[in-house]
Amino acid sequence: MYGVGLVKGMGVTIKHFVNTYVDDLRWFGRRYYNPEAFAVRQSPQAQGIFTVQYPEEKLIMPEEFRYIPFLIYDELEDGTRQDRCTSCGICAKVCPPQCIWIVRSDDPETGRPIPEPSEFFIDIDICMNCGLCSEYCPFEAIRMDHDYEISTYDRFSENIYNKEKLDKPASFYAAVRPLNYAIDEAAIAEKVAKKAAKEAARKQRQAEKDRKTDE
Amino acid sequence: MSEELSNNDNPVPEGLQGQIAITSLDKIYNWSRRSSIWPMMFGLACCAIEMIATAASRYDLARFGMEVLRASPRQADLMIVSGTVTKKMIPIIVRLYNQMPEPKYVLAMGACASGGGPFKEGYNVVSGVDKFVPVDVYIPGCPPTPQALLHGLIKMQEKIDGQSVLEVPWYRSEPIDEIPQPLLGPDLIDPRDIPDFAEKLKAQEERLAAERE
Amino acid sequence: MTDKESPQVEGTTREPDSLEQHFPGILTPDEREGFDGYLVAPDKLTEFATRLRDEFGYDYLSSVTGVDYLPDEVMEVVYHAYRIEGGPALVFKTQVPRADPVVPSLVGVWPGADFQEREAWDLLGIRFTGHPNLRRILMWEGFEGHPLRKDWHEAYFEEDAKPFANRWPEGDVYRIEDKIPFGKNVQYPSEFTPEGWIPEGDEGLYAGLGQISNDGDGSSLKTDQLVVNLGPQHPSTHGVFRMVVTLDGETVTDLKPVMGYLHRNHEKIGERNTYIMNMPYTDRLDYLSSMSNNFGYALAVEKLMDIQPPERAEYIRVIMAELTRIVSHLWAIGFLLNDLGAFFTPALYAINERELILDVFEAVSGSRMMCNYFRFGGLARDLPPGTLQTIRELIFERLPRRVDELDIYLTENEIVRSRCIGVGVLSPEKAVAFSAAGPVLRASGIPYDVRRAEPYGIYDRFDFEVAVRYGGDVYDRYLVRLQEIRESIRIVQQAVDDIPEGEIQTGKPIFQVRVPAGEAYGRVENPKGELGFYVVSNGKPNPWRYHIRAPSFINLTALAEMCKGHKVADVVAILGSIDIILGEVDR
Repeated sequence: MYGVGLVKGMGVTIKHFVNTYVDDLRWFGRRYYNPEAFAVRQSPQAQGIFTVQYPEEKLIMPEEFRYIPFLIYDELEDGTRQDRCTSCGICAKVCPPQCIWIVRSDDPETGRPIPEPSEFFIDIDICMNCGLCSEYCPFEAIRMDHDYEISTYDRFSENIYNKEKLDKPASFYAAVRPLNYAIDEAAIAEKVAKKAAKEAARKQRQAEKDRKTDE
Repeated sequence: MSEELSNNDNPVPEGLQGQIAITSLDKIYNWSRRSSIWPMMFGLACCAIEMIATAASRYDLARFGMEVLRASPRQADLMIVSGTVTKKMIPIIVRLYNQMPEPKYVLAMGACASGGGPFKEGYNVVSGVDKFVPVDVYIPGCPPTPQALLHGLIKMQEKIDGQSVLEVPWYRSEPIDEIPQPLLGPDLIDPRDIPDFAEKLKAQEERLAAERE
Repeated sequence: MTDKESPQVEGTTREPDSLEQHFPGILTPDEREGFDGYLVAPDKLTEFATRLRDEFGYDYLSSVTGVDYLPDEVMEVVYHAYRIEGGPALVFKTQVPRADPVVPSLVGVWPGADFQEREAWDLLGIRFTGHPNLRRILMWEGFEGHPLRKDWHEAYFEEDAKPFANRWPEGDVYRIEDKIPFGKNVQYPSEFTPEGWIPEGDEGLYAGLGQISNDGDGSSLKTDQLVVNLGPQHPSTHGVFRMVVTLDGETVTDLKPVMGYLHRNHEKIGERNTYIMNMPYTDRLDYLSSMSNNFGYALAVEKLMDIQPPERAEYIRVIMAELTRIVSHLWAIGFLLNDLGAFFTPALYAINERELILDVFEAVSGSRMMCNYFRFGGLARDLPPGTLQTIRELIFERLPRRVDELDIYLTENEIVRSRCIGVGVLSPEKAVAFSAAGPVLRASGIPYDVRRAEPYGIYDRFDFEVAVRYGGDVYDRYLVRLQEIRESIRIVQQAVDDIPEGEIQTGKPIFQVRVPAGEAYGRVENPKGELGFYVVSNGKPNPWRYHIRAPSFINLTALAEMCKGHKVADVVAILGSIDIILGEVDR
């Protein structure tokens, strides 16, 4: 019969409409601003329509979410900052749109390069948020931020991020990406242990050599 | 009328409280404009998909009074430049901008529209729509997530809030000049370059010669 | 990495020796290291192609690629032809001098070569004699130069290959436009003056359009031919696409697609990039299905490098590619209904489900749309904890229900049926001749699916049907998509059940992969059709040639054919049923 298909289709829209109100009842008016409800309503178990009330509430960003990169520094006990970046340049070499610029610092006395960037720029008008820089960084120094609320009125003065703007403490990293942070810490610890072992072996060899020459 | 509009400088006489409200013209003007920004339904590239997603139920532009996406520039207040602007497309974008009635705003969504983005080096890419039309808000990201777009739109509302009827350019007696439409020649030609074209062409030749050496 | 072995080029095996005997003097095997297929003399090309099609059954021309071999002063055109019953490609090439590259056009043999030859003319300056409409397609008429030639440089040119030397260690940041006299990415011929220059109008574009016959015998009303431009800014064109339509009353007499409004020089940039840098760029081709694009590119480079991803990575690849297909088809169905006038409600229901899958992508890869998740020989990272459970909930419970609901909602709807059935019919012969791919081809009754015809990855392990319908109209394309969503759900269900534990990357992840010299063609069944990556390596860190066979682009060849004789309003529906993505059409 002509029109049956239309009526059935209307039935689906009514179902969607009703489901949203059923969902309202389910949470007893605590549908919004309720983290418990929020997690369910964003998931595949959601019933009815789900709207995130941005900016009052925000979607939970998954750990891997990536936006603009940032640089990590460690806070030493004496309060100074130590950059993890050694200005090896791998991120600048792997960056697909070539938006990373690094100035390597030189030792003022010897003139030889030291493993520390004196400047670090990212042109975020070019950055494609691909995450390759963080993926291939051998020193766990550049990672992807979760902050997406960075719109501006003037790109010329603000959208080339310099080192000052990119630098974030390791504690910030631990807060936004806890799982990755743990993995990185393990990797760093392993590297330190390896280095110590190497050092110990070298010392032992040296000692043996010394003993031999003594004999 | 909402609380935020009431003007505290002019206290309402006791007997009239609750019946009248006093506000400044700027406030009510800005409030009404920022609460009903109609964006143009105009998608360019990847970012357009995120723009559509923002208009859909999960992010819901209607909460900001922006759900009326108009396909015609004549009915739009806001042009969301959502994606890579190419040389072949920029004459049309400029024409659309000229066709929009004032007051009008432009939002550059994503890295490509702001400054060329990852495709900046491309021979057919305009590195930033602001080379041709004035941009009010830039949203970085490739593509900006729907929430980043909403953040940009809220910034836009803030900008509107800060404007004054007396100072905005569109209530003056003299008309505002249209932006001249770029031309497609051997390469994109900006009519604003034509007065000193020969000079710049000479500089280009010198640059190329220096590069060859 | 095994860089000593010669690259194994799968899927492009040589036809048994008989082929050379059939074409004595015409055909010589391509003897270059790592290359495959045959070289054909340009003057014999048409004859060879005709016989190849008629006698050997290679009726489907997949890809036409121009390559500029600057050091050899040679321009090469590479053709990939298939049999529609399935099987590997036959690759044949023709070489012409670079100074005056003239190749006979194959549009007469395979009409699907039309746009691809125009592209080769536009970007590389190869002239195809006998082409009915050899005009620029991605750039505009009057543009100076052929930009994909190796010695052509744009104004923002910095170096021939990335990484650029001035980024590190003395990376003093600048914006390149500040160094250009014009302040934009423009450059002009040295003798050019804007005064006295007349811009190229649209006359050339309109000239080729079919005229309506207006016989003066007075038997019919005298009508005028009307030219209507739809787009590039038009809500029905799914982006910046333009159609020039000639109308006789309401009826379409001819149609010409005009593209290039989103041509962002993917291939030029891709040839400057290193191999890994191209991975995130492929996301931006068909930006609704970035995972599938990654898949195709990874396959092509893996063929060159001769490596295989580990088992677990293969399963995750299939899961992600099929979820992408669901996302893309949901979007296509929703917006087809939008084009039919069912404003937003069906699209909103589709987007609602899409968002849930995007949440999975975001958790896995870090981005909703631009996933950049595949690596050569594996994946960027393993699935984060809990993701597999979310995928299970989606594909075992939610999505099958929702797809059935969409089915009830739309399939029997009388308005949808009367708007779609019999509209935009493409016959199977025409579909093959025009090199249509994906749902467009399968809705015309050709059960051709790369996952079956030449299985890649681990697709041979899964039990699924190739969705096929026989009407060739808008409605059947819709039904094929709906069916493919169901089949994709089936595949993911099997993959999720069988997925093993283990590594996700062969070897150590390195940013500068060694790719031996040679050529490879990686093709996958993208949601829109066959997506092919033709990559030529010369052993350097960046590809010498990087060409994309974009399904949306080539499917548009058949658009005029489908639209003729229908009403203007149907053009919108027909375009919606092809499901184009401009990022891929224009690249």
